[in-house]
Amino acid sequence: MIKAILIFNNHGKPRLSKFYEHYSEDTEQQIIRETFHLVSKRDENVCNFLEGGMLIGGSENKLIYRHYATLYFVFCVDSSESELGILDLIQVFVETLDKCFENVCELDLIFHVDKVHNILAEMVMGGMVLETNMNEIITQVDAQNKMEKSEFFPFFSLYRHLSFSLPGRTGRHSPQEFGWYCRCTCSCCICRKEHEPSRNAQKHQHRRHQHKSAKLTLLQIAA
Amino acid sequence: MALKIVKGSIDRMFDKNLQDLVRGIRNHKEDEAKYISTCIDEIKQELKQDNIAVKANAVCKLTYLQMLGYDVSWAAFNIVEVMSSSKFTYKRIGYLAASQCFHESTDVIMLTTNQIRKDLSSPNQYDTGVALTGLSCFVTPDLARDLANDIMTLMSHTKPYIRKKAVLIMYKVFLKYPESLRPAFPRLKEKLEDPDPGVQSAAVNVICELARRNPKNYLSLAPLFFKLMTSSTNNWVLIKIIKLFGALTPLEPRLGKKLIEPLTNLIHSTSAMSLLYECVNTVIAVLISLSSGMPNHSASIQLCVQKLRILIEDSDQNLKYLGLLAMSKILKTHPKSVQSHKDLILQCLDDKDESIRLRALDLLYGMVSKKNLMEIVKKLMLHVDKAEGTTYRDELLTKIIDICSQSNYQYITNFEWYISILVELTRLEGTRHGHLIASQMLDVAIRVKAIRAFAVAQMATLLDNAHLLTGNTQRNGICEVLYAAAWICGEFSEHLEEPMATLEAMLRPKVATLPGHIQAVYVQNAAKLFATVLRGQEGVPADSTVAQETSQLLIDRLPLFVQSSNLEVQERASCILQLVKYIQKLQQKDVEVAEEVTALFAGELNPVAPKAQKKVPVPEGLDLDVWINEPPSGSESEDEGRKSKGKAVFAKEESRHTKPRYTEVDEKELAKRREVRKAEQANNPFYIKASPSSQKVYQDGVGVEHIPVVQIDLSVPLKVPGMPMSDQYVKLEEERRERNKADKKKKKDKKKREKGEKGRRRRGDSGPESEEDITPAHMVDIVTEEMPENALPSDDDDKDPNDPHKALNIDLDNLLAASRRPLADSEKKLPVRSHRPDEVLKSPMEDRQVVEVVPEPKKKTGKEKKDRKKSKEKKKKHKQEEEGDLMGAGSEEPVQPEETKEVAAPPPASTPEASDLDFWLSNAPVPSNPQAAAAPASTPRTASGMAAVAPDSEPEEAKDTEPEETKSSTHKKKKQKKEKEKKKKKHHHNHSDGAGDESVQNGTVEEEEPLPPMSNYALLAENSYIKMMKQDADKVCDIQGNLQDGSQVVVSVIFENKCDSFIKSMEFNVLDSLNSKLQRPDGAGPHDGLIVPFQLPPGISNEARFIFSVQNIVMPQKLKGTLTFIVKTDDSSTHEKLDFKLHFTCTSYLITTPCYSDAYSKLLESGDLKGCSLKLEGVNQPFHHLLARICFHHHFSVVERIDSCASMYSRSIQGHHMCLLVKTADQTVSIDAKCDEPGLLGNVLDEIKLTFSQC
Repeated sequence: MIKAILIFNNHGKPRLSKFYEHYSEDTEQQIIRETFHLVSKRDENVCNFLEGGMLIGGSENKLIYRHYATLYFVFCVDSSESELGILDLIQVFVETLDKCFENVCELDLIFHVDKVHNILAEMVMGGMVLETNMNEIITQVDAQNKMEKSEFFPFFSLYRHLSFSLPGRTGRHSPQEFGWYCRCTCSCCICRKEHEPSRNAQKHQHRRHQHKSAKLTLLQIAA
Repeated sequence: MALKIVKGSIDRMFDKNLQDLVRGIRNHKEDEAKYISTCIDEIKQELKQDNIAVKANAVCKLTYLQMLGYDVSWAAFNIVEVMSSSKFTYKRIGYLAASQCFHESTDVIMLTTNQIRKDLSSPNQYDTGVALTGLSCFVTPDLARDLANDIMTLMSHTKPYIRKKAVLIMYKVFLKYPESLRPAFPRLKEKLEDPDPGVQSAAVNVICELARRNPKNYLSLAPLFFKLMTSSTNNWVLIKIIKLFGALTPLEPRLGKKLIEPLTNLIHSTSAMSLLYECVNTVIAVLISLSSGMPNHSASIQLCVQKLRILIEDSDQNLKYLGLLAMSKILKTHPKSVQSHKDLILQCLDDKDESIRLRALDLLYGMVSKKNLMEIVKKLMLHVDKAEGTTYRDELLTKIIDICSQSNYQYITNFEWYISILVELTRLEGTRHGHLIASQMLDVAIRVKAIRAFAVAQMATLLDNAHLLTGNTQRNGICEVLYAAAWICGEFSEHLEEPMATLEAMLRPKVATLPGHIQAVYVQNAAKLFATVLRGQEGVPADSTVAQETSQLLIDRLPLFVQSSNLEVQERASCILQLVKYIQKLQQKDVEVAEEVTALFAGELNPVAPKAQKKVPVPEGLDLDVWINEPPSGSESEDEGRKSKGKAVFAKEESRHTKPRYTEVDEKELAKRREVRKAEQANNPFYIKASPSSQKVYQDGVGVEHIPVVQIDLSVPLKVPGMPMSDQYVKLEEERRERNKADKKKKKDKKKREKGEKGRRRRGDSGPESEEDITPAHMVDIVTEEMPENALPSDDDDKDPNDPHKALNIDLDNLLAASRRPLADSEKKLPVRSHRPDEVLKSPMEDRQVVEVVPEPKKKTGKEKKDRKKSKEKKKKHKQEEEGDLMGAGSEEPVQPEETKEVAAPPPASTPEASDLDFWLSNAPVPSNPQAAAAPASTPRTASGMAAVAPDSEPEEAKDTEPEETKSSTHKKKKQKKEKEKKKKKHHHNHSDGAGDESVQNGTVEEEEPLPPMSNYALLAENSYIKMMKQDADKVCDIQGNLQDGSQVVVSVIFENKCDSFIKSMEFNVLDSLNSKLQRPDGAGPHDGLIVPFQLPPGISNEARFIFSVQNIVMPQKLKGTLTFIVKTDDSSTHEKLDFKLHFTCTSYLITTPCYSDAYSKLLESGDLKGCSLKLEGVNQPFHHLLARICFHHHFSVVERIDSCASMYSRSIQGHHMCLLVKTADQTVSIDAKCDEPGLLGNVLDEIKLTFSQC
């Protein structure tokens, strides 16, 4: 079982929190803080497993995390999950985000946390892994967004920066098959977004007055 | 154009969407809280509008704020509104918000039931999907119960997208509503073979979760999973299945044997690291389960270790970590194969990654030998000095102690070295493990007699330098070692060279700053030292001044402790002070006192094993549950309190032995604490400020770790001449070994070697052979810890009673019945909630009844009942073991052809499902479709079984007509059987004799009917057993039910299987009367039976509870009912039926309710109550017995008792008050009763009369 999924940035600001067991808001914040404290003091080249997520559930649980550019993706899981499997799952999650947001960066998660939740809901349900096939996840997310659009054509403008159409999905990424753990699973590059389409202009704008690191897409991994 | 206009108007309407909110928050970094509070006000306004779009937008924003830590539960109702929007967009927003902030105690959640049901059946698959996703996060027991059927239907939805979600959510439903597991399981099992891989994966996921908690119930699925494993290519599914097998193999060694080959193949073939790792893990689990014998598996072990070595050597830290983790599992059973990789593991100790270092530390535990212990510990000590974080350092400390003390100090050859290691560890600043070190010191000093002199010397130095340990603070855990030091010095003071100096050190004024319990030990041991000093001086008659000086010293210093705020210290100090004053007087008169004073502390203290108390066997004939005195009425709460207190004592005791991990303190907190502490110390007049030098250290220190304590501390004062440090020991030891070797070469064939062998007081020597020639430095005689004689070799660790998975421990094998029998609507029908087989919440009432069983007049019955209960429990406990044994026995037998097996098989109770499994397991070649192979095998058996039934069926009926005789004959037959069982049967016999009486007497309905025998099996096993089924209806009024609607009675029925076959598919049905109705689940017809939510293996009993709703409680009731069930033997099954009558007496509608005397008198004064009275003649039993009986049988409580007169009170489930005034004189009891319902009163009085007429 996955007990919680947390995304926070290098400064510990929560970007998404999903708890599959109930905690009060205060406890949740405390867990996020504590997790951040544990994870952030670790070097880049140490292992991605951490024992002692004492706030969630106790000694049986492990924290499994990955660090992408400015964001930490942390899964708190119990012993029934395969450690390497979860690392792969995080990778699939991030790659899915990358496809849905087109070169995802922290700002996408900041402004569209509800979309991130919707994507996550297609992967993990109630703490159990629902789907690990990226194409299937994207298909379902797309279909739902299309439905949303068709329901609210007049309101489309509200969601103008949320287009989930996926031109050229077969591009850079070779579809990741699940469960083939290796450390450098992705061949992503740094995307500077200089040739950005106009509808991403607003995103770009955010970026400009953001900290510099926001320029890097999440999927940038030191190759 | 038109679009733009609409858009504009919408934009105006939405003041702020989520993006605007986020942007706003980011622009108001300095006054974020204020900005958010204005936003929340806006949101509140928006939520008041009627427009659902506005509301949804507001809820969306709230979801974001919730993530930031704001409580949004006030908007729960609005969230429900948004959830119920017809538009998918809003619905999704609503469900997301709900999943983020709803939980079990959200009250509006009950409003959602119908909405969710509607969404679940929506034609739009995404509506359904969103509802399922949301529900998975906030499902409550109520929702689970109400929606279980809908979700179960969705499991067969046409769309795989819905199917997989429905399958997954079932796990949550099971957790919240365990009763749904049984009916849903067949369908879940079907989904394992769903054409869609996603659905299949979901089903595997769910079953793995279930099986992880209660593996034995899922053993029968092994063939199916095996098939999946060999056919599936989905790595996720494979990982899950392999993990599941890892959980199953410990239960069934044969499964492991079958698995080894395919797993080995996978290990060789897969390129996915995650899969490889899980395979290795499961192979390890298999090997562990096979650990005895099986030499041919050494290849598998080698393969595992080899693969793990590759992982550990990998540059990827993740693989390294996991490799070490798996290695530690092998270590437990195959230490030798791990030991060969010592180099690698020691290397990992130097890794920069803390997680990896910790894992390597775990492994070190198994790496040590006599040879390398010192070397390894030396290395660890270096790490301790280097370690910066307290957590890691503490972990190192516990590991050092663990490693050294493992299996009774097996690897320690030189205890002087160990003591000095312990002393060195006391230098650790701010460790929490002071008490661990202390207990080690005590343990070694007490148990290793030879070391005492040395230990005492070291401890004396420690005491002398106590200021270095306590320098900074009282909260410092390390000062615990002073406890040990003081005790050792006192207890073994005869070894002290300068007792006087130590005594002086122990009575320094600074000691008063130590924690109370340590001071207490100081004071007590000062007295012991005093005795030693006196005795030392007495021998030298010329000089009595030293003795007198010592007395004076005590008299001078002890008053400080007499003023202590700690009671223990104060008491001991004043006691000893007076004693010393008296001794001084005697000394002045030149009286020899040393002898008497020493006598105070004479005698050796023996170490007692930590669990010794627990393991004292209960002597024959002692029943600890029997009341010694009459139970005081209304004392349950107190009793419970005592019980829990007792538990707490044990728990505390245990927690002292286990190391408290994971309490981590970060630097900030440390700094904060230090501040607080300083302030406290400054304000505390009693606190003696630290010496200026150490204060200086403080001033420039940033955190506790940075204080260069290590440099300034003990190393100087401890370097007493002739007292080598631990490092020196290593050298000394090496030299000694060299010498020994040389010695040995010289006199190789002489006794020396033998002596060395003897000195190695080991039970089992598992160290490498080469160790043989290391002789311990001391001939140490380790005193073993004392254990009571005939201690029970039990190591029962109690499971957490609050584990939600406990309720899911349901034997699912009867799903077989569901698939073979056209078992009607078992899938649709779910029993009502209260029918939980495991009693989760026992009302205090029931507890009390159990306790009060004893003061019954027929003490025998009471006792026997106890016996029975005990034996039942025992049986339950051993049941699993037995099964395991049977399986194990089977596995050792060579594989037999099916027919012979059938004949030769002993008559164990194995379900057909289990025998299928047996067949699958015993079948050496892997069948391509194991189930298909198993099916034909079971058919002929069934046929032969059926043939056997026919001749036997007639005597069955004959027996049925004369149940009593049959039974007694059974007893005769069974007399050869074990003592326990005999007792049990006898008891039943008694019971049936007085069944009618007792039903009234106990205020319970007890029926006992022998079942017609259905032993088809007897012929096979050449043993004719008679099956009886005892039905013991025990009626308890449920207080909760009463509080809610005042018309519910809960009947608990114990079903006991007395035959040798499985009884399953029990259906309990009662013919409803106008007045009383059995409560059935929604949708069940008035004549449908209730399925008893368990099945019974032979000899097992279980309890089910049924709820009846009662309208009129004035009259007693009788209900007729039947119990139908299937008796399942190995090869056939028969439907059986049992009729019974439920008797509801009027007293069973009464609830013991405490009442205060003032309320009671008010009640009597009110005049609403009508009176009635009763006289009982010839009752010759003590009054308190009489009261106890009324209390117990008729659910009254005593309000007041004066001499031979008592007032009692009770209340009916419908709220009628009932008051009794009971008087007794000369064997006559008169009862005056008052009640606002005369009919009820009359009946209750009749019943009371009946109770007493029978004694």
